[in-house]
Amino acid sequence: MKNKPIIRICMGTGGIAAGGTEVMKAFKKQLKRKGIKADVKKHCLLHKVGCRGLCAKDVLVDIIVNKVKSTYQFIQPDMVQRIVDEHVINNVPVQDWLVTDDYHQFHNKQIKVVLSDCGTIDPEEISSYRAVGGYDALKQVLETGSPGDTIKTLKESGLRGRGGAGFPTGMKWEFCKNQSSPEKYIICNADEGDPGAFMDRSIIEGNPHAVIEGMVIGAYAIGAHKGYVYIRAEYPLAVERLRKALTHARKLKFLGKNILGKKFNFDIKVKLGAGAFVCGEETALIASIEGYRGMPRAKPPFPVYRGLWGNPTVINNVETLANVSYIIRNGAEWFASFGTEKSKGTKVFALTGKIRNSGLIEVPMGISLREIIYDIGGGIDKDVAFKAVQTGGPSGGCIPASLLNINVDYESLAQVGSIVGSGGMVVLDENDCMVNIAKFFLQFTQAESCGKCIPCRIGTKRLLEILERITAGDGRDEDLELLMNLSYDIKASSLCGLGQTAPNPILSTIKYFREEYEAHIKKKKCPAGVCRDLLDYAVLAEFCTGCGACKRVCPAGAVSGERKQVHRIDPELCVKCGACFEACKFKAIGKG
Amino acid sequence: MAGLATVFGSGAMTNSIPEIENNDVIFVIGSNTTETHPIIALRMKKAFRKGAKIIVADPRKINLVRFSELWMQQRPGTDVALLNAIMHVILKEKLIDKKFIEENTEGFEAFRKSLAEYSPEKAEKITGVPKKDIIAAARLYGKANNPAIYYTMGITQHSHGTQNVFAIANLALMTGNLGRESTGVNPLRGQNNVQGATDMGCIPNQYPGYQKVDIKDIQEKFETAWGVPLSDKPGLTATEMIEEAIKGNLKSLYIMGENPAVSDPDINHTVEALKKLDLLIVQDIFLTETAQLADVVLPAACFAEKDGTFTNTERRLQRVRQAVTPPGDAREDHSVLLELSRRMGHAMNNQSPEEIFREICSIWPAVAGITYDRIDSWGIQWPCPTPDHPGTPYLFKQGFPRGKALFSTVHYEQSRELPDKKYPFVLTTGRQLFQYHTGSMTRRVSELDQVAPHAYVEINPDDAEKLKIKNEEMLKVSSRRGEILIQALISERPSKGVVFIPFHYKEAAANILTNPELDPICKIPELKVCAVRIESAKGEKYEKGVRRIKKTEKSTSV
Amino acid sequence: MVNLTIDGITVSVPEGTTILDAARSADISVPTLCHHPKLTPFGGCRLCIVNIKGVPRPVTSCTTPAEDGMEVTTRSSTLERLRRTLVELLLSDHPNDCMVCEQAGNCTLQELAYFYGIRENRFAGERRVYTKTDNNPFLERDMEKCILCGKCVRVCDEIQGVGAVDFTYRGFSAKICPPFEKDLECEFCGQCVTVCPTGALTGKMWRQKGRQQGIRKVHTVCPYCGCGCNLTLHVRDNEVIRVSSREDTINEGWLCPKGSFGYGFIANSDRLTKPLIREKGKLRETTWEKALEYIASNSLKIKENYGPDAIGGLASARCSNEENYVFQKFMRAVIGTNNVDHCARL
Repeated sequence: MKNKPIIRICMGTGGIAAGGTEVMKAFKKQLKRKGIKADVKKHCLLHKVGCRGLCAKDVLVDIIVNKVKSTYQFIQPDMVQRIVDEHVINNVPVQDWLVTDDYHQFHNKQIKVVLSDCGTIDPEEISSYRAVGGYDALKQVLETGSPGDTIKTLKESGLRGRGGAGFPTGMKWEFCKNQSSPEKYIICNADEGDPGAFMDRSIIEGNPHAVIEGMVIGAYAIGAHKGYVYIRAEYPLAVERLRKALTHARKLKFLGKNILGKKFNFDIKVKLGAGAFVCGEETALIASIEGYRGMPRAKPPFPVYRGLWGNPTVINNVETLANVSYIIRNGAEWFASFGTEKSKGTKVFALTGKIRNSGLIEVPMGISLREIIYDIGGGIDKDVAFKAVQTGGPSGGCIPASLLNINVDYESLAQVGSIVGSGGMVVLDENDCMVNIAKFFLQFTQAESCGKCIPCRIGTKRLLEILERITAGDGRDEDLELLMNLSYDIKASSLCGLGQTAPNPILSTIKYFREEYEAHIKKKKCPAGVCRDLLDYAVLAEFCTGCGACKRVCPAGAVSGERKQVHRIDPELCVKCGACFEACKFKAIGKG
Repeated sequence: MAGLATVFGSGAMTNSIPEIENNDVIFVIGSNTTETHPIIALRMKKAFRKGAKIIVADPRKINLVRFSELWMQQRPGTDVALLNAIMHVILKEKLIDKKFIEENTEGFEAFRKSLAEYSPEKAEKITGVPKKDIIAAARLYGKANNPAIYYTMGITQHSHGTQNVFAIANLALMTGNLGRESTGVNPLRGQNNVQGATDMGCIPNQYPGYQKVDIKDIQEKFETAWGVPLSDKPGLTATEMIEEAIKGNLKSLYIMGENPAVSDPDINHTVEALKKLDLLIVQDIFLTETAQLADVVLPAACFAEKDGTFTNTERRLQRVRQAVTPPGDAREDHSVLLELSRRMGHAMNNQSPEEIFREICSIWPAVAGITYDRIDSWGIQWPCPTPDHPGTPYLFKQGFPRGKALFSTVHYEQSRELPDKKYPFVLTTGRQLFQYHTGSMTRRVSELDQVAPHAYVEINPDDAEKLKIKNEEMLKVSSRRGEILIQALISERPSKGVVFIPFHYKEAAANILTNPELDPICKIPELKVCAVRIESAKGEKYEKGVRRIKKTEKSTSV
Repeated sequence: MVNLTIDGITVSVPEGTTILDAARSADISVPTLCHHPKLTPFGGCRLCIVNIKGVPRPVTSCTTPAEDGMEVTTRSSTLERLRRTLVELLLSDHPNDCMVCEQAGNCTLQELAYFYGIRENRFAGERRVYTKTDNNPFLERDMEKCILCGKCVRVCDEIQGVGAVDFTYRGFSAKICPPFEKDLECEFCGQCVTVCPTGALTGKMWRQKGRQQGIRKVHTVCPYCGCGCNLTLHVRDNEVIRVSSREDTINEGWLCPKGSFGYGFIANSDRLTKPLIREKGKLRETTWEKALEYIASNSLKIKENYGPDAIGGLASARCSNEENYVFQKFMRAVIGTNNVDHCARL
């Protein structure tokens, strides 16, 4: 029965949070009531899918009738009966609830490679992945390709590590393959920890088999028999789907002994991380798997030479591995046709912050920052000014509005003092204080420093202390220079990537927003009105109607004034909580 | 030592401590190395880190088990059965070194035949060690390139201790694991200069350097050197002296720096003997339990107050130097003896330790090449016959002193006292990390005594449950020779039916219980196996000689 | 062998040698706080950073193997600036109470502060404050002085095989301590005290007994088990106040709790200071003259009456070779018996 309607319900972490499970139940109930037998194994009638990006509109539901797909947004269980009655049975879409233009706009400029099956297949059913060509790449490699060919394809594709550093994947595999060691390992780094980043989580939740297939192909290429997925314990859904996928893959001989009947053994263990950010650093990750505290080790020797338990080890990021099977299936040339000269293919970003369409996006390398923010992200609220984009998480930097036209690729971002990183992209507007943003990231890196090396452990603490005193109004004239000097010394002398990049948020904000720092230090003012200690609240007499709203909400009794008379805030009593500012309907409270 | 001397012609550690780290298999039997020889254990751990496989055979789950590839928990006193079964498997699986056996040994045929009855199945019944572990141990040791065996009193303090040593020697011989670097048989000596005391002839049948008193030429050599006629009659061993004292034949005993009233087996018996003497002279740094029985007590200098040399377990002579002056009128031991010899009509020349050392080197060829200058910063291992000889890290490179090494035919014998209805537990004794020997030194180091303040009896949780014993409960432990009161320590370390007591604590002296039965050859008492009964100490009245333990009780002072 | 140049000097070292060791072999000193030759390289203190021609950022010489043709620079204004910053950062979180610190004069951090002439601190800020909680009798742990070099962690794991301490917490609060901050698995061997480069770990019993001034160091051998560990006794005013051990010995500088901390018996008030003689059933103090005369005359009497074999002697496994030799010679040549033994069997 080819024309059975297909119903897909978004049940990634975002979808479930919005009520996806209940929506799924409602669909089952309604379909049963109508006598429609929904069974995923027979042509996928009703199934869950992973994230398709625009989580803000969850629960998203696709209905495909006669190969025509309609997508609904903001679906709740009580809406399901009508959809089933009108659309599924009578093929008349419920127009009121369909997605709006911005949904399509969000997708128009995206090119999906890694995420191409995320949001369409059922992540918990291997048959669903098989139906879209899953594991064909592995078959192809095992049956007709050699490890050398595989690596050659990877190298030709130009795929570079998506975890942040951008090291060519094929080359990494080749280094490892050339090591003559009886024991080698391939590790999938799923310890995604940047604040606001959820690329890897979404991929594993939406298409875990793509990651597994990539690992098996990688293991074959380098000659490994054991693999690990190091994944955050805070990702329970991803862990559950991954484990399920591993079990299914073993059953179908895509994993385990004699994979696909060939003399090739490989299996994967899942190792849960305990929530240390630094364990995303490859040597710390290795230490953690070995049972030690997750602390980075000095490189060289690099893991491809001496990694897990001293054996050659390839560590690839989730997104990198998820790309592999698509490259093998479609060819290196196809992959290399996306992107720029040096940065090939696509990249997944987590677009967050002060932007209309926040969510998960996949774009070709080299797309301009403006296209991402305005065309895909839908821009920011009309009456607020765009200020900067923070890319690359705590290791990255801030890119100011003046550089909106730069291309997003490894080289271009590095040139302006930021990085692609793992793909976090936080949009900031005029209400964000850049000193405060730098402080936020330093708080994060300082708290996550493993404590092994002096510059990171004590140095970032001192950077943070300086930022704290600047934002508290105690900044000293020499602080900017001290910040920069210490930042350079920390970058130059730290052991691992965490410390080496920790000062980046400071350096890039000083570079592009020096005047904000100076305002804090010299004028003791926060231009964005964020740093509480530098704010003064005052009543703007010309707007004040004397309604008394501010007086009522002030917890400190700092507002005085008769009804219908202009009120006054006593700066001695004011605790700068901002309650009056929020309460005033006439914009009669000024801050700054 | 006599055991190894019989087999090889020399009895001492065959290898040096640094060589341990290059062993590929380390077989530790009857040695709680991490507690009794902590620094040697560090080398074993280093070897472990370098990939060595460690086999532990011990009735207790000692610390080293954590690092072991294989742990065999044999019943106390069943070592011969265990070792013979291992050798049975080695023979059966053709892991022997035929060339070595032919060129360097004798007695192999008889020995080979003697192994026939020791199948792993039979050994499992005797020792309690699973057959598969015996086979695994045989393969590990038999296939190794540089295996070495380490043992201490867990092997020797048995009525058949010499047999145990013979069996160990057989194992090394049949696999050709001797005479090479990092490969050999290594008895670890328990006291700082026990090797030296033996080397120096403080044994009843040998002059310094293992030269026998009953060989005419040797006797004459020493008579010439010392300028007096000497007795050719081998003397009494320490344990025999105690017996002769009881009988009234030994009238006087001069004890220098020993405390037999705590360290001997069946100490009630020892105390009785010491009391019977006409003259007991004790020379020590503290008023030990033995000194309290003496007629004359002489205050001695301790290690930090004198010059001289110690010889460690690997035959290395090292310099001891005076750091502080002795307290009060205390004197160095040798000066007391020199003074006495003068008063007794045979003056030894008034000599400094270095002069004495030169005399030693002149009459023992194996140390003839050593001088104080040569060992100023690094010790030298004997044999070192000439001034340009570098010393000998491992023995038998050029073959065995007795020509061919001798295979011995060894058969399993039960320990003399086995558990029965009246005394259902096997007691085994030993040391622990924070105390040393009879505790006369360590128990006066308040910091050490603070972390290991009182005696305890380790008992398996199953046994404890059966006897309804709670942890730290006061127990009465009794044997046919006496009884002590002691705290319970419920622990997984001993197996069911076995209990362990450290012997450092005079107020709960394990040696009140132990069996003075001797090994017929070495005269070592059977301290490692005796039968005891365990019961609650509630409502006990204490007889003379049995002291109550109090947590706070410290060593008595004058 | 690999050939490289370090600060322009050609150095030839075996393959696998680190740049640090190569530099040291050429008598080029590179500062370190976390390196110990017997422990795995750590690369934590960052002081040993050097530049290698063609490598963009400085590398730690303690972790980087020397390679053929390398051109290494150990000293440059940038490297010295970085090192100075590192030391300054450490001192910004240190009590700096060298006046009363047990390790003064034997402290690597103090030495570095001296070399870099750090008096003012650009980074003065919050300092870690810990209350001392441990009540073990051996180790004084002043974690405010801990620079987290990790030597104690490594020595406990790699040498002692115990793993009693490890890094805990994160960021500025990172700290080295035992599980749950208790002395659960500690064997009190004192290895950690030996390797600690600052005053964070010291011996409790050392306190205010003396540091570097007026100290005599006497090399001798441990009086306990048969390992024969070398001890260095620190002596001040005729009192042993501390024990350490040289690294170039059979025990490689490692000791056990008895060797490290078991010297208290030497000056114990229980020590016998006068000969005692039994009079009317009780031991009373006497003179050497009287005691020796008593022994000599009575021994001779017994020998005369019962023969020399009625006398026996027990020598000691704790006395020196010389003393044992004299003892058996006394028994054999003076008394005339072979009744001499010692406790080798116990």
